[in-house]
Amino acid sequence: MSEDLIAALKENVIQGRMTKDDEGIDEGLTGPGVLELTRTALDSSIPVQNIITRGLTAGMEIVGEKFNAGDYFIPDMLASAESVSAAMDLLKPMLQDSIHEGKGKFAIVTVAGDIHDIGKNIVAILLKGAGYDVEDLGIDVPTEKIVEYVRTAKPDYIGLSALLTTTMLVMGDVIEALKNAGLRDSVKVLIGGAAVSEEYAREIGADAYCADGFEAVKILNDFGLA
Amino acid sequence: MARQGVLIEDPYQRMTDDQIKQVHKASLEILKDPGLLCFNKRAADIFAAGGAHVAPVASSDPPHWLIRIPETLVADALESVPSTVILGARSPENTLVMHGDEPRVYFVSGSETNIWLDVDFQTYAKKADPSVEMLVPEFIPRRATVEDLCRSAHVAEHLDTLDGFIRNVNIQDSDITEQNKDVNKFFASLNNTTKHVMAGLTNLDQLDYVVKMAEIIAGGKAELIRNPLISFITCLVKSPLQFVDDTTETFINICERGLPVVVSSSPQAGSTAPIKEAGIITQINAEVLAGITLGQLVKRGTPVIYGSVPVRTRMDTLGDSYGAVETSQYNVDCTQLARFYRIPNYSTSGVCDAKRPGQQSSIERLLSNITVTMSGPQYLHCAYGLLDGNSVFSLMQAALDDAHFQMIKFFLRPPRIEKNEIEDVLDQIRHVARTPQKLYIRYIRRVMRTGLMSCPYPFEGDGSVDDVFYRAHQRTNELLDKPVPHIDRKTTVRIFNEIPGLLPRLNIYEEGRVL
Repeated sequence: MSEDLIAALKENVIQGRMTKDDEGIDEGLTGPGVLELTRTALDSSIPVQNIITRGLTAGMEIVGEKFNAGDYFIPDMLASAESVSAAMDLLKPMLQDSIHEGKGKFAIVTVAGDIHDIGKNIVAILLKGAGYDVEDLGIDVPTEKIVEYVRTAKPDYIGLSALLTTTMLVMGDVIEALKNAGLRDSVKVLIGGAAVSEEYAREIGADAYCADGFEAVKILNDFGLA
Repeated sequence: MARQGVLIEDPYQRMTDDQIKQVHKASLEILKDPGLLCFNKRAADIFAAGGAHVAPVASSDPPHWLIRIPETLVADALESVPSTVILGARSPENTLVMHGDEPRVYFVSGSETNIWLDVDFQTYAKKADPSVEMLVPEFIPRRATVEDLCRSAHVAEHLDTLDGFIRNVNIQDSDITEQNKDVNKFFASLNNTTKHVMAGLTNLDQLDYVVKMAEIIAGGKAELIRNPLISFITCLVKSPLQFVDDTTETFINICERGLPVVVSSSPQAGSTAPIKEAGIITQINAEVLAGITLGQLVKRGTPVIYGSVPVRTRMDTLGDSYGAVETSQYNVDCTQLARFYRIPNYSTSGVCDAKRPGQQSSIERLLSNITVTMSGPQYLHCAYGLLDGNSVFSLMQAALDDAHFQMIKFFLRPPRIEKNEIEDVLDQIRHVARTPQKLYIRYIRRVMRTGLMSCPYPFEGDGSVDDVFYRAHQRTNELLDKPVPHIDRKTTVRIFNEIPGLLPRLNIYEEGRVL
């Protein structure tokens, strides 16, 4: 029973079906989606560790393989990641009691003066789907609030997003403020957005520039391995 | 199941109904006064027997006649000319069914270019950073051969958007003569594509052999009439208003056989037709109506296509300016006129003034391809691979054109606004509005996989260099490597036994074959 449940969970991650109402890739696929299956797995007392590693993560690994082989496209990857992300939200309260080790805490924010969040949301979904504990601080977030968050929540990484050439300057302010607060070495700062570049990341002293969500996953994974 | 082409739901029109009627009336006036000069005696006799006013032009050399065609004769021809013309094919699924009153567009290649444009790619290093290399195309023009025609038909077979094949290469091998050109160009085309093949005829003496070859492939005389896998294009009226001797004779012979034929006219606004739009349109319409009338006098009910290749004059050379915007306007006008008569229309787009592939070529051909397609001609010679007017053919350009037509065909799909769709999207909008991310991305997947989403430009590179040409060239190589269904061995043997003049190297079942 639990094997069937885990297999169904994995398959629905591959199909990117978050709920029973979602369409997958295969025609006519019905039944519970990732969220319903995760709830059933919890009700069935399947260990959280198994739900994550053999269901969610195993499914995402296959999605990654399909993506690399050109069988899957970004929307497929994102739908799967979004499903995993929703399941992880459900599992989060149980994680402290389990032996599951996350990949680290990542906070993401659109900096002050900027309200654009499509890219930020996609990055958040992909990182969550990849197993990171993601906290979305929202849009137009004042620099002081970011510094305060780093001080109290102690994330491993913070991602700064901005679309505009005017608001990208705020990213430099955030890094300066972190330095002034003595917090710069406690967190890795990643930047992204249409206006910024690798060169700009170097200029303001960020740890990395991410061209898109996939690069963000790769860079964070590399940081984790280092 | 015939090819579907693109059905234009609400065709683009330049002329109002009243303007069309005015042009029609003026064309009938032209047919009466000044009438047409006719350099072919048979045609003059046919017109005279049919009731036209025919008078020899005094002391003329070569002899010719002035033909004045009364309105009743034209009306009678328009009564009998078929509104539906079927162009068959070696493969039944490539059949084209054209209704004169239905704006369903089939895209076909053409014309007969003398020059074949090879392309070679040279590697250049960036001055500032020699480690950065780019491939730059070098275009090499040369006289076209029968092997090139085989390659062109082969690629045409695989181009998704191409519905039919007008031979687009003038074969100029040393062993090609006026006596064997027609059989070889038709065989080279038919043997490399299963789509419909249309061409002009160089020598009337070859007509019987070409028809015989088609009959062998179709399975007999009656089968060829039922499935006319070949058709002809004839420019029997030279502008302004002159029936030429040889092509008119060819046209009469084709009509007698009941095979589909295009009555084509190609006046040049400014030199062989008035520069004013009303003038060239009225004249070309008169010229085509005269040809159609002759065809129906030869054989009532013989299938003819209203062929329009109007063009504006270049001011610098007085040559054809296919890239001129007016050329597209004239073509749209003619499509409307053909639809007014309920006769399938052969129209022209995509021919450009640009001599080589590039920005000018893309802009000129895209403007006319989009606008003329939207007017709904049934048989659109859209110049796959053509450059420099009708002079140069490039396979690489043909691959680029195929990509452009994928986009045009997609654009012309009708909107899917219906009850089920609305209900579906309302569900999506309500659902996404409740999510924190507010993204619709997951809903792309099904749409993407059911062909409801346009494809990305197939020759897009990574952006560091413009390698569109190189990628298009690679595409043509891939298509050439992909096999085509040739005519079977038994039929080929019979054709080579019964049709004189075929080049042995075109027999793929013998040593030394071309392709």
